[in-house]
Amino acid sequence: MSASYPFGFLDEYAKKEVRRSTLKAVALPGYQVPYSSREMPMGRGFGTGGLQLTLSLLGESETLKVIDQGSDDSVNAVNLRNFIEMTCEGINTTTNTDEADLIQSRHRIPEKPLREDQLIVLQVPYPDPLVLVEPSEDKRKILHGEADYSRLLVKLYEDIVKFDEITISHRYPTRINDYYVIDPSPIPRWDVPKLHQSRALILFGAGREKKIYAVPPYTKAEPLAFEDVPFRVEDFTDVSGKRRACNRCGCTTSFLDEFIDSKTGEKVYQCSDSDWCNGYLNSDETNNYASTKAMSQETENG
Amino acid sequence: MDKVLEVDRLSKVYGPGCPSCFELTGPEFNTNICPVCGSVVAAHDVSFDLYKGEILGIMGESGSGKSTAVKCLYFDQAPSSGRAVFFDESKQHDLFDLNAAQQRNLANHRFGMVYQNPHLGLNFDISAGGNIAERLLMYGVSNYADIRSRATGLLSRTEVLPERMDELPKNFSGGMQQRVQIAKALATNPPLLFLDEVTTGLDLSVQAAILDLILEIQQERDTAMIVVTHDLGVIRLLAGRTLVMKYGRVIESGLTDQILEDPQHAYTQRLVSSAL
Repeated sequence: MSASYPFGFLDEYAKKEVRRSTLKAVALPGYQVPYSSREMPMGRGFGTGGLQLTLSLLGESETLKVIDQGSDDSVNAVNLRNFIEMTCEGINTTTNTDEADLIQSRHRIPEKPLREDQLIVLQVPYPDPLVLVEPSEDKRKILHGEADYSRLLVKLYEDIVKFDEITISHRYPTRINDYYVIDPSPIPRWDVPKLHQSRALILFGAGREKKIYAVPPYTKAEPLAFEDVPFRVEDFTDVSGKRRACNRCGCTTSFLDEFIDSKTGEKVYQCSDSDWCNGYLNSDETNNYASTKAMSQETENG
Repeated sequence: MDKVLEVDRLSKVYGPGCPSCFELTGPEFNTNICPVCGSVVAAHDVSFDLYKGEILGIMGESGSGKSTAVKCLYFDQAPSSGRAVFFDESKQHDLFDLNAAQQRNLANHRFGMVYQNPHLGLNFDISAGGNIAERLLMYGVSNYADIRSRATGLLSRTEVLPERMDELPKNFSGGMQQRVQIAKALATNPPLLFLDEVTTGLDLSVQAAILDLILEIQQERDTAMIVVTHDLGVIRLLAGRTLVMKYGRVIESGLTDQILEDPQHAYTQRLVSSAL
């Protein structure tokens, strides 16, 4: 099977084109570089943009991690990982953020700060933040060219008028290097500050919309906001004002997912980043947490 | 007096254009369609000066080219030939030599435009306050409280109830929409304002109130204005000087009183005498 495909599934010209567009994207931080998104053996919208970047950038003997919504085990991540393993002979895969050279991710940036020698590829459904306020692509290009994002700010203004705060939960428009505003893919607000002065190169690939853009390392990334209504990340404090902890590992500094316990019907919170959660669970701190939790459960049962 | 705008032989031709376009059109020929090439000479040889705090009226029937002239100056359309210089404090801008970005910058910051149809000047999907905020945000105001207070100030100045500033313009009456449009145009305190048939289609009492408002703004801020209208009453009330246009040409120009009391051109005479 694998013998019938070249390394990385795409032919060398296709990969070269993606890499060339990637270089341009790095040279113009935040600018959406068009590229000829190839037909992939999966539907557009399933991460074909990120996949083409990964296939073009991954080298033999390098290590790959694929995440979907923080988890290595969800459908999108598993299938993409299988596909890449099948078409890139000789690469290694991992679920450990530390070990990865290249991370392809959908909707999350790992909790663990990335290093200079790492690279993260994000899958993007809608690359243009202006699409909400301007339907014509021609006009959007002009607005980007002149860095005129007043209409996006009007949207924030209207939000504050109606709801007393900015209600954008994900895809938060972020200004890169004081010029272009990007749609940072559907990452939660929690992850937006990680774009700022990131050590790792962050690449964005939109397969359906045929765009590649980048936040190069050590580049300014500033979420749009007003002077007196600053940007803020998700708040995980409960009614008593205490920061919620992960139900599994007890971490109080990570981005949490909310579940409904199917038996008790209660809301349960757990780390969204599964690698982070596992790491925390095995660290010394949590061993204490786990033992105190076990003890408290014992006393409850007793 | 400080000159704000100098327009020199502005022309706009729709169509291929030919050497006889200008020779065979105009009021003498009773047409603005070139008989040779079929081009429409919307405006030709329009020249005037505008000074600080002055209101210049441009009067004429539909299709006389009055709106075209103003649209060229506001960069809604590109002129075929001619020159216009905008004197902004110590700087001079040759309007038609600027690139598109500079033109938009000037239109957003230093000019104001009020259209006959509020749909052209306002975004109906966002609140009245949001419309004003848009212009302030373009101007670089980035403080929410600041934007709120300035929008409230502008809306109360144009007599729109500040309590209604968070409503969509579609909930407003025509007169109110026009007031919001004026407030939006004034947001950056521009030295030059274009008013294109602002009172057309409004009932008489609302018309009078809007015209009062325009006069008050002119007195308060010393804004230079170009008022385009086919309504002699508006010209009489607002404009100090007037151009009369027909078939794309300026057929008469001078002080408004003079033109209305002692019109020279046959067309103006007819226009003035037919006014009720």
